[in-house]
Amino acid sequence: MAWLAVSPALLLLVVLLFGPVAAVVFFSLTDWQLGSFAFRFTGIANFRTLFTDPTFWKALSNTLVYAAIVVPGTVLLGLVVALLIEASPRVRGFYRAAHFLPVMATMSAMAIVWSTMLHPTIGLVNRALGVMGISGVNWLRDERTALLALALIGIWQGFGFAMVLFVSGLKAVPQQLYDAAAIDGADGVLDRLRFVTLPILGPVTMFVVILTAKRSFEVFDSVRVLTQGGPNYASDVLLHRFYTESFDFLRMGYGAALTVVYLAIVVLLTLTQARLLERRVHYS
Amino acid sequence: MIARSPDWRIAGRLARHTILILTAAFALLPFLWMVSLSLKPPEEIFQADFHLWPTTFHGIENYRVALTAAPMFRFLLNGLLVCAAIFALQLLVCIPCAYALAKLRFHGRDTLFSAVLVGLLLPHQALAIPHFVLLNVFGLLDTYAALILPWAISTFGIFLLRQFFRSIPDEIIHAARLDGLGEFEIIWRIMIPMTAPALAAFGIFSVVAHWNDLFWPLIAVRREEVSTPALGILLFRDDEAGQFLGPLMAGAVIIVAPLLLAFLIAQRRFIDGLAVTNMK
Repeated sequence: MAWLAVSPALLLLVVLLFGPVAAVVFFSLTDWQLGSFAFRFTGIANFRTLFTDPTFWKALSNTLVYAAIVVPGTVLLGLVVALLIEASPRVRGFYRAAHFLPVMATMSAMAIVWSTMLHPTIGLVNRALGVMGISGVNWLRDERTALLALALIGIWQGFGFAMVLFVSGLKAVPQQLYDAAAIDGADGVLDRLRFVTLPILGPVTMFVVILTAKRSFEVFDSVRVLTQGGPNYASDVLLHRFYTESFDFLRMGYGAALTVVYLAIVVLLTLTQARLLERRVHYS
Repeated sequence: MIARSPDWRIAGRLARHTILILTAAFALLPFLWMVSLSLKPPEEIFQADFHLWPTTFHGIENYRVALTAAPMFRFLLNGLLVCAAIFALQLLVCIPCAYALAKLRFHGRDTLFSAVLVGLLLPHQALAIPHFVLLNVFGLLDTYAALILPWAISTFGIFLLRQFFRSIPDEIIHAARLDGLGEFEIIWRIMIPMTAPALAAFGIFSVVAHWNDLFWPLIAVRREEVSTPALGILLFRDDEAGQFLGPLMAGAVIIVAPLLLAFLIAQRRFIDGLAVTNMK
């Protein structure tokens, strides 16, 4: 009976998850090409190609830079907004909905909207800068700013979600703690923040950091729609490199090797998250 | 609590609203900009001074072009169909498995649960090449099946539903068995109704993810007829009519509107649902 209930899931686990993972590792060790049946084991040749390819390192470092901007930006903005929204019930509903809207919006469509906002002449950003007497740049076509612009869009998309997670963390802070802190003399807004709220939010913060980091490593839609990794690989990221190599150039071996590296990074991040979550349980 | 002076309270309130209005503007500006452009004639989009509201209303024309030059409704319908099919399949596969893991004793249960946990670690993008090859072998690329089948199993769904099923007391299930209910009847008549909010949360998570996904549709399909919204708007942009910003923005409005409207109608459900599914 139990086996009848789990058999569809078990079958699909093998066919759609574990089989494919094994296949990726297998592909990464061969010279197999899409459409052919012949292949040879080539050992670590694909990985050697990958690790000597400057575009891979560029994509990896870009992904890290992207994460290094998006993670603190998203977490800080999300935290500030959450604290302010929860500080008073006034207009709370509107603020919450307004900040959450980007989380729900289809990224490919909104990326197209962003491309018009970042347009060098008619875009909102450069128009606003022009009013202040600053001449803007061609954000998405300039090697110095393309990745930065994508990171800005990443923060825009994600900070409302960080806010929601922080709000649910804040709701868990017991009122007695504030009362106790007040008796101990910590009754100013900043004192309460420093001695009660922020320490309690510690575990949630770690969680949001890891979650945002994971999402940063998955960035693809905005890159594909807006810059396709350009100009001159200045905004290429791991997942976009993978897509281009595997499905534009059909270099499956290279793509598989890149997948293995990508998989290792994401699994490491997720395991860290799981460890932190286990620790978090002890607080409640 | 020690009362603070009223001046401070007003200053604090003012600071709160100032900052929140600024951050809300950051969040909302792209939406306002999108709607604004979708109502304007080309010459107004390119003129030097900017007005949020168009001086010449060109909205009807822009939306007409967007709807006739590209099969926008088809994209939305495809999105609905694909999301519904994925979620239905996931429920069909996940619910019995989650129930067995939560409430039944059988040989290999712990091993299976470990496998589910390992499955949670795997980013779906990493499976793209094998999924592509598999669909290619069966000649399913460029069909609805290609968009739906790879998502039929959700280890996350199994994990989440198992957690919720475990919270239902065993006594209820024992009583149901004494009343002569079979295990599948117990699932259908007790577990599903009692965990409806959790199923709804999982549904929101699943639908939002697949409605907005671009990565997989980009790999799996090329034809307009089977494109989901996220891919459809890209096809429209690269099309001739999409070169005009007014219709392109109108298209973007049409693509993002359904999910945003659903969100605005059932805000709490969405926010709680997405927060719960990510925290568990």
